[in-house]
Amino acid sequence: MFEFLVKRLATVVPTLLLVSMLIFGLQQLLPGDPAKILAGEEQDPTVVAYLRTKLHLDEPLPLRYAYWVGGVLRGDLGESIRTQQPVLDLIVQKLPVTVELALMAFVIALAIGIPSGIVAAVGRGTAWDVAANVFALWGLSTPNFWLGILMILLFSVQLGWLPASGYVSPFEDLGANLAAMIMPAFVLGNAIAAVLMRHTRSAMLQVLGADYVRTARAKGLSERTVVLKHALRNALTPIITLGALELGTLLSGAVLTEQVFTIPGFGKLIVDSVFNRDYSVVQGVVLVTATTYIVLNLLADLAQFLVNPRLRR
Amino acid sequence: MAAAIAASLAIAPAPHAGPWRRAWRRLRRRRGALAGLAVVVLFVALALFAPWIAPHDPIAASWSAIRKAPSAAHWFGTDEIGRDVLSRVIWGTRASLLAGVVSVSISLLLGVPIGLAAGFLGGWVDGVISRVTDAFLACPFLILAIALAAFLGPSLTNAMIAIGVSATPIFVRLTRAQVINVKVEDFIEAARAVGNPPLRIALRHVLPNITAPVMVQATLAIAAAVIAEASLSFLGLGQQPPAPSWGSMLNTAKNFIDNAPWMAVWPGLSIFLLVLSFNLLGDGLRDALDPRQR
Repeated sequence: MFEFLVKRLATVVPTLLLVSMLIFGLQQLLPGDPAKILAGEEQDPTVVAYLRTKLHLDEPLPLRYAYWVGGVLRGDLGESIRTQQPVLDLIVQKLPVTVELALMAFVIALAIGIPSGIVAAVGRGTAWDVAANVFALWGLSTPNFWLGILMILLFSVQLGWLPASGYVSPFEDLGANLAAMIMPAFVLGNAIAAVLMRHTRSAMLQVLGADYVRTARAKGLSERTVVLKHALRNALTPIITLGALELGTLLSGAVLTEQVFTIPGFGKLIVDSVFNRDYSVVQGVVLVTATTYIVLNLLADLAQFLVNPRLRR
Repeated sequence: MAAAIAASLAIAPAPHAGPWRRAWRRLRRRRGALAGLAVVVLFVALALFAPWIAPHDPIAASWSAIRKAPSAAHWFGTDEIGRDVLSRVIWGTRASLLAGVVSVSISLLLGVPIGLAAGFLGGWVDGVISRVTDAFLACPFLILAIALAAFLGPSLTNAMIAIGVSATPIFVRLTRAQVINVKVEDFIEAARAVGNPPLRIALRHVLPNITAPVMVQATLAIAAAVIAEASLSFLGLGQQPPAPSWGSMLNTAKNFIDNAPWMAVWPGLSIFLLVLSFNLLGDGLRDALDPRQR
């Protein structure tokens, strides 16, 4: 197991290095002189000159990358052109909001996706199976920002049950926080529920045909025990691996969901900085998102050990 | 002997039943896939013939018809500056379909050759390509597309480039995996034994044998690209106003949700239908082309 861990960790390092190069390279896509673009509309020559030295724009590209990565490693992601605040501070401020949204969405996705996948597999070919598959197709084909708008139309405009926007911190008022977060969390979780349902269904179908499931049934165990204890536990391995890939969808989807429900999180930060041409914030957000995604996938691989004893050898 | 041959010929299947024809026959039996194909064809027709089908000018404002509910004159109602929503939805088909097809073509043109090189050559080429692919895949698809579109500047063309580049790693991985499976087959060994140069083997013998899974993935990727374009346009990073696009229509509609809900319904429904159709078609193609089901 130790050897596996070391090997798995070793793959993370080159990936992170290349991701940092990729994100640094984005700057090269800017048409024209970055210092002039970053200086904004006025292009004040002193500001341009200041930025040029600050961003080391007169130095060769590899050296500039080294400066940038050096800063990143010390926790310096640069500063916002707009507010002069350090990018890291901005991200740390917004992060808890998105983490709450993402966690709620993931719980909703698990709560819908896994049970419906089990039901669909156990009742293969029945109306349940058809219903679950229709749900999955709907979930995969509905743009989540449209679903968000429709839910606002129904629950906020027509019924007046939930607020259409306006984030409240859970430490101020937990009830108001949940009321504001439940719709966005559902919208975000919906598509992931669909994917999880498909993975659960196919993993369960494969496992339910296995010999040890027949043995468990032959021993006279109840169908409930066979399905939930013997089959599900083995089906969880592929579900975790494939489910972890959906965490990227979760992070991408959060951008749109936050935009629809005006939630002041991570996604709103990246969109606002795109329009403010606050490029160092954009780079910082992408870097943090990619790193988070890599770490989450690493954790998913570790979770495999906990559910699958065969891997521990 | 001659009689036996004649008899076997008589019971043999149709002489030109190639793999594509067989796949088409299987696809025809799947109602979902056919329905998907029909709706895709319908949207393609709408996009091509938009100038003749759309009842009104999609960008002509009319100050006397602001936010009017659906009526005989405006079936889908009008928007915040009195433009006909139906006409904008019809013209918007162009942006969505164009984005879907162009960005997936970019992914294919980049991803397939790169994946082919990685899988076929192996060694350090494969190592480098695989690591770079991993790095791209570590950035969530839409976030990478947003970042690329942001640095390139907001326009439909740049959105298509951003989506195409962001989706490329999926095709690199798929092609590489397929090539690695195919290149150990006996017929590749035979092609090598008769003295074919490597490039010819890669292009004439390996490539045709990986077309089916790549096509299935491409169809499903169009569905994802249509959603991605709508998402970027919704955020203001795609098609720029006043040109109609379903995503940007939804962005405006969001602000008028309490008094003009029809502005939000139709563009969203169109995205849903088009994406659903490509998904159904892709699922059907996978079942029809999957050799394991033969």
